[in-house]
Amino acid sequence: MDFLRPASWEEALAAKAEHPTAVPIAGGTDVMVEINFDHRRPEYLLDLNRVGDLYEWEVGEESVRLGASVPYTQIMEHLRTELPGLALASHTVASPQIRNRGGVGGNLGTASPAGDAHPALLAAGAEVEVESVRGSRRIPIDEFYTGVKRNALAPDELIRAVHINKADGPQQYSKVGTRNAMVIAVCAFGLALHPGTRTVRTGIGSAAPTPIRAKAAEEFLNAALEEGGFWDNGKIITPSVAKQFAELCSGACNPIDDVRGTASYRRHAVGVMARRTLTWTWESYRGTAARTEGVA
Amino acid sequence: MRVNFTVNGRPQEADDVWEGESLLYVLRERLGLPGSKNACEQGECGSCTVRLDGVPVCACLVAAGQVEGREVVTVEGLADYAKQRAEHGGCASGACGTSVDEAQRWQARGQDSQTGEGTELSPIQQAFIDAGAVQCGFCTPGLLVAADEMLERNPNPSDADIREALSGNLCRCTGYEKIMDAVRLAAARQGEAV
Repeated sequence: MDFLRPASWEEALAAKAEHPTAVPIAGGTDVMVEINFDHRRPEYLLDLNRVGDLYEWEVGEESVRLGASVPYTQIMEHLRTELPGLALASHTVASPQIRNRGGVGGNLGTASPAGDAHPALLAAGAEVEVESVRGSRRIPIDEFYTGVKRNALAPDELIRAVHINKADGPQQYSKVGTRNAMVIAVCAFGLALHPGTRTVRTGIGSAAPTPIRAKAAEEFLNAALEEGGFWDNGKIITPSVAKQFAELCSGACNPIDDVRGTASYRRHAVGVMARRTLTWTWESYRGTAARTEGVA
Repeated sequence: MRVNFTVNGRPQEADDVWEGESLLYVLRERLGLPGSKNACEQGECGSCTVRLDGVPVCACLVAAGQVEGREVVTVEGLADYAKQRAEHGGCASGACGTSVDEAQRWQARGQDSQTGEGTELSPIQQAFIDAGAVQCGFCTPGLLVAADEMLERNPNPSDADIREALSGNLCRCTGYEKIMDAVRLAAARQGEAV
């Protein structure tokens, strides 16, 4: 095994181009487990800890450019306003020790269907900025996950940052597990209201081969909210609408039975989380709308 | 490969380090500092918690090569670390720290092992002894490092804060209530001292 220690992003890209089999390591919270248990013996480890840019973030007009290695702890502490869904998801990651090391870049690199960040990224809307010596490109989050623990990266590419749309409305995140800390999600659900475009977006974790959106459920809810004038009148979501939304979210799942839970439990739990997060976000939207009207 | 880094305030050099080796292995097997415990090797249990540039991390998940040039504090250096922090707000002179020799010999045992008397302990270590928070002791080093860091950041923690800060540390004796007592005690004593 060789340990590559690039001091800059350019050096990292050059190293990855020269050794496409090199395994990038940042927080190490996935990679080191595999090495410790002898599940993986990469020829090269590509340490990204020295690449300072990866630990920085920028809040722009429309989106946040989040460096690939920004630890979850920082997201929780500094980006709660801009990225509430991702901040909530970050808080469910493992433990303080893990959150101090791990970040979204690693979550995307591993591309586990159970990765905690994915539902929040799908719901908010995001693009993954990847780069190689050949150039840079941005992959829409919907096209990023290609299979179980597979993503759209080419062998010579590295993840540099994630551009996540800033919240324009309430967002929620929910995760099912046996305790609050140190659990891999049995399943997870992210929901974002986008009052600007009068749309909702969802993200489902650990209930299909990849993280997915419940697109039929989104379309149904978008139409129902529009039809009922909900965005304007701020009324309580009709229980039948919430119920059908939940059912469509369950229907979007394609889960398996495994040690953490059965397929049918996952389907059921995703429906429950969908209904709850819809209620939470909608109540929050109604609250905000009411206040805005009051001031005006 | 060779790894140069700072352990408990003193520069150290580890040789013949395998590239896939963890920081935990380097500390325990190459530097002879077995205070950080090796249990799950997957970041689940927190018994290997150390501070890396001040931040609590699982040493088993840090690749040895990643600590090149960085600063690590282990439980063996905790007493000195806490002392420097209390007296000078940290080690500014660079003359403090715990040597590897001292660290290897370090034991929480004075004339009376029950009370820790006669040994220099950090306040959190003393509180663990006084509150009876040490049972088999295997999780204790990780808990001490994690709890000490929380009290540095948050001198007046609520119970929820303590639970959250220690949520990455498992105690298989299930002695959590006494551990909570110990952290509350350390926080209260810290408050009195100010």
